[in-house]
Amino acid sequence: MMRAMTAADKTQSASEARLQGQLAHRRLRFIKDKIAYHGVTLGGLSVIAAITLIFFYLLYVVIPLLQGVDIEQKAKFLAPAQGKTLALSLEEQAEIGIRLTDAGHAIFFGTETGEVVDDIALPIARGTTVTSIARGEAGKNIFALGLSNGRALVFQIKYGVTFPNNVRLITPRIEYPLGDKTIKLNSRRKPVVKIAVQQNDESATVVSVSDSQVALTHFSKGEGLLDEDGTWQQNNVDLPSVDGSVDYVLLDPDQRRLYLADTKGVINFFDTSNKQEPKVIERITLTKGKVQLTTLEFLSGSISLIAGFSDGRLAQWFPVRDEQNIEHLKEVRSFRNQRSGMTRVATEYFRKGFLAADTSGNIGVYHATAERNLTVEQVSDEPISQLAIAPRSNAMLVEDNIGNISFWRIHNEHPEVSWSSLWGKVWYEGYDEPKHIWQSSSASNDFEPKFSLTPLAFGTLKAAFYAMIVAIPLSIFGAVFTAYFMAPRMRQYVKPTIEIMEALPTVILGFLAGLWLAPYLEKHLPGIFALLIIMPVGVVLFSYLWSRLPGKYRHLVPEGWQGALLLPIVFFLGWLALAASGPMEDWFFGGDMPLWLSNELGVNYDQRNAIVVGLAMGFAVIPTIFSIAEDAIFAVPRHLTNGSLALGATPWQTLIRVVLLTASPGIFSAIMIGMGRAVGETMIVLMATGNTPVLDLSMFQGMRTLSANIAVEMPESELNSTHYRVLFLAGLVLFLFTFMFNTMAEVIRQRLRTKYSSL
Amino acid sequence: MRDWFKSGDPWIWLTASTVSVSIIMVVGLLLLIAARGLVYFWPADVIEAQYLAGDNTTIRIIGEVTDSEVVATTRLKDMGVTNLPDLPMVERHLVKVGNRDLTGRDFRWIAQPLIKEQTAPESIVVVERREWGNAYGYLKSIRENGTDIAQGDGVMEALEPRLERALTLHGQIEEIEKHDIGAINYGLERLRLRERYLELNEITDPQKRKEIEDDKKSLNSQYGELQSKLGALYQDIQRDALVIDTADGSSLQVPLAKVVRIYQPNAMGTFAKTGYYLSKVWEFVSDDPREANTEGGIFPAIFGTVLMVIIMSIIVTPFGVVAAVYLREYAKQGWLTRTIRIAVNNLAGVPSIVYGVFGLGFFVYFLGGNLDQLFYPEALPAPTFGTPGIMWASLTLAILTLPVVIVATEEGLSRIPRSIREGSLALGATKAETLWRTVMPMASPAMMTGLILAVARAAGEVAPLMLVGVVKLAPSLPLDTNFPFLHMERKFMHLGFHIYDVGFQSPNVEAARPLVYATALLLVLVIILLNLAAIGIRNHLREKYRSLEG
Repeated sequence: MMRAMTAADKTQSASEARLQGQLAHRRLRFIKDKIAYHGVTLGGLSVIAAITLIFFYLLYVVIPLLQGVDIEQKAKFLAPAQGKTLALSLEEQAEIGIRLTDAGHAIFFGTETGEVVDDIALPIARGTTVTSIARGEAGKNIFALGLSNGRALVFQIKYGVTFPNNVRLITPRIEYPLGDKTIKLNSRRKPVVKIAVQQNDESATVVSVSDSQVALTHFSKGEGLLDEDGTWQQNNVDLPSVDGSVDYVLLDPDQRRLYLADTKGVINFFDTSNKQEPKVIERITLTKGKVQLTTLEFLSGSISLIAGFSDGRLAQWFPVRDEQNIEHLKEVRSFRNQRSGMTRVATEYFRKGFLAADTSGNIGVYHATAERNLTVEQVSDEPISQLAIAPRSNAMLVEDNIGNISFWRIHNEHPEVSWSSLWGKVWYEGYDEPKHIWQSSSASNDFEPKFSLTPLAFGTLKAAFYAMIVAIPLSIFGAVFTAYFMAPRMRQYVKPTIEIMEALPTVILGFLAGLWLAPYLEKHLPGIFALLIIMPVGVVLFSYLWSRLPGKYRHLVPEGWQGALLLPIVFFLGWLALAASGPMEDWFFGGDMPLWLSNELGVNYDQRNAIVVGLAMGFAVIPTIFSIAEDAIFAVPRHLTNGSLALGATPWQTLIRVVLLTASPGIFSAIMIGMGRAVGETMIVLMATGNTPVLDLSMFQGMRTLSANIAVEMPESELNSTHYRVLFLAGLVLFLFTFMFNTMAEVIRQRLRTKYSSL
Repeated sequence: MRDWFKSGDPWIWLTASTVSVSIIMVVGLLLLIAARGLVYFWPADVIEAQYLAGDNTTIRIIGEVTDSEVVATTRLKDMGVTNLPDLPMVERHLVKVGNRDLTGRDFRWIAQPLIKEQTAPESIVVVERREWGNAYGYLKSIRENGTDIAQGDGVMEALEPRLERALTLHGQIEEIEKHDIGAINYGLERLRLRERYLELNEITDPQKRKEIEDDKKSLNSQYGELQSKLGALYQDIQRDALVIDTADGSSLQVPLAKVVRIYQPNAMGTFAKTGYYLSKVWEFVSDDPREANTEGGIFPAIFGTVLMVIIMSIIVTPFGVVAAVYLREYAKQGWLTRTIRIAVNNLAGVPSIVYGVFGLGFFVYFLGGNLDQLFYPEALPAPTFGTPGIMWASLTLAILTLPVVIVATEEGLSRIPRSIREGSLALGATKAETLWRTVMPMASPAMMTGLILAVARAAGEVAPLMLVGVVKLAPSLPLDTNFPFLHMERKFMHLGFHIYDVGFQSPNVEAARPLVYATALLLVLVIILLNLAAIGIRNHLREKYRSLEG
């Protein structure tokens, strides 16, 4: 039978409800706990992952520098159309290849298909054949044909790019900058066996060899008052004869240097600045014994020559100035990576790299400045007769002896970087000996980038070294006094002051160093050096006098307040040294010490030099070392000190022989952390040095450090270029260096802590 | 004496001296910055001197003396100065002569012995201008629409109301140009991007096109109105001009539109000078820079620094606290956690430029480039986020200061005795509740210390910012009245970078130098205050927990 709800029932259901509510609430609380656990774990781990991401990202950017070269064959076909190939070339996008034949045809074909796109017959006289061919400066696509009737034709290949239906269409055409008539080079009417050509807006030069006579034909744009487009005036000059034959003719784009060489390896170096009177400057033999010179080409920039020999050797030569400022050709480096005789060398348009083909069908990929052979690959079973490299260095065309043409893609992103080019001495073009140089860019296109990290690493270490010279004595001795001798009340003021010192932004230290300290130092140089002597001597003298004072005065200053007492003394001594600087400069250095240094000692004085950096960066690093060292000394157990004193040692002896030794790991770790900080400092160095990457130990010269270099060059560096990656490499070096140092210091510190917890 | 030596006393004094040297260096540095920085705003006396110049003529020089030094006479002789006395050393002064549009240079050195006569006439006037720097001279007349309307003594009186009028008009012009026309340009740019977006996605809905065209029309008509208003204001402001007699006797006409301030320093009493001083200080912190950052104020730099620090704090606090809580409370305290802790500590020591490099490569180029491809394809090839900006700068600094926050928070958490946690758990709370209600509030002062230290560090770091978003002169602030109000892709100005830029990359180093000191003073004050606050909180905290641990 149902009974009505009694009060007890009501309470019971109420309490049941409450229980349910409590249970639900408890479940909710446990859910929240679980969520918190997972959330915090996830958050914590991802933060830690983000921090480690830095290292991996740096590595990811740097690793491509280590990649070698990758060559892949894309197509192979018989040479399209007839005729013997005299030269091969590739267009900018590597979509169209060009064959120039002995019948005077320019045949354009698709590189991946071999299909003929266009076949243009060049305007040479009927019955004549092309006996030689020359190429002008890389990238200008200017060619000259030497004809069997002793005449020549100069033409230029141009490409029109259109986008019908959003697909790129490249249309080649031929232009004739010197007119479409063949040029009469001389009156001998003998076939032109060798030819060279260079042309720019104002002048053109054709050097031709026929009937063992070398002739220089020069064209200059006349500037008639009436013509707007001047007409070309032609002038022919015969060169003085050279012994032996002429098998190679090379003319530089400035039309000032001419190299004539023969297969025996004799090179004649002509100065053709005066087109009426070319002069021989030098005559050198490149080879010894039976070895023959089989190919000769200009490297990009047309300063270096790359010579290939019949024994598979390659050598780089360029003019070097001697003490009398006369240029001599010198062999700078050589490569012996291929065995068979060299047939062709194709040099890259904008980098100092080149390809070398030999009689065994191998192609070697080289980079001259980095002294690197990236690979040697067999691309054909037959000897290679023609070779062309794409303007962007990302493809090549190879033709072998039996008329097969193959098209290859090349992936060669960072050939300039090798261990020797980053850290060793490299002989750069235009310098008279191998040097460490950092010069990453310049205004001209065919510039040789110089990526030696050695001057920068040296600068970093030099700056850190001078900073530590200033910082270590001040901070360690200061820490010793503060932790050991100083009265606790004074310590309360000194510690925050040092912390403020640590908090000062380095921008401010840097700008003071550059704008105030550097000029001040230059004017008071003797004073600064005098300070090094006057300060310690003055302090010791004062302390001696103080110890002689009657006790009544001495006891006015309580024990441990020497630091405060010395404040006016130190200030006075400093003022004394700097005020005496002027008179000292007059007496000893003739009024101007920097001038005296450079005149008498031959030491160059830079206003923003290593002393300025040392003082400023030392100031920045002092608090770092100070606080850690002070902690370490303070943590040495008191009973050791008390025991030593009880045994009769003086406080100083106790300090040196007991306390410092005990605290030495901590002090050592402090110095290491300070060193890490000094190495990574950017702003001070940026503002207080001249930022010149010189390898000079002198304290009166500036420097450029890795960190300042990154700050200056990174904003202007092209994304993913070699320069960009090398800067990231510098960053990675800094990261690893400081990380290693700090970890070592931390490990030592942990060991110290556990060791002394037992004491 | 030998005994005294052997006792080791002199060495103790030497170590004491190193502490004194450090203290003197710190205090000296702060005083140097303060002295040179504060002095910048004080109106200096303007001297008039009769000077014996090179070719034995006497010229008149009017200007402020900003610097003096003693140099060797030989050095001056080498520079071509003649008629010097036969002494080894000679004093020379750097005088700011102004009038750069007339003479081509702002400063000149004069040698003390060659000064024949020097006075400080009360009626010399200094005109601060918007272009060409200061002008020094005597007031000759006021011109209205080309005709002189006041001369001689009446000039100063007539000048004041006219200058006020010019300044008000200038304010109105600026308001229209920067604010109203700026908003219209912004709107037009957004319409252009919308159009391009439709193009890229091949949406040919004519309705949408019409909307865009209508909006463009209305904006253009607004622009037309504003242009005419602006034209009228320009006409008005060009009405008045000032003529002053300069040192070499020529007359210089200065339109009042180009005048910021006029004062007679030699006639001002201390009270007037203090008023001037305060107004210059106010201008310094609230105005925009002029003349390639060598004059005017640094407000955009202050604003940029503050905004970046705020965004950075919003990012770094939750992540830092969560990571610290994880490391201390949730992770098993084995060797892995110890290694992670060491790694996090060491990251605080990694050079800041490495963070900048990482920020540039990863945030700007990688993340930013991808963001552009995904969300802003219509603006390409001009990058929106694929270029340095305030968002990436804040993120980079957040990663840089993350170790500081983590270490400080962990430190705070470790000081809380285990008994408190255990008690809470014993009373039935879950771990999450213990943390949230008991432990974290107790650790909050430590978290605050960590945040303050992070902020102090971020305000002073310049090296990474040079790579990820700071510029010499930002055309607009990242926060303005155009939707979406906070523009995270904009570049900004920063106090620390401003010091570097004005001090080292300025076209007029002499004029810029006092400004650098003033900016440095401001930065140092801010950072010292922050650090003192952090130290204070930390000491208070230590005291509080000493009793707990005992």
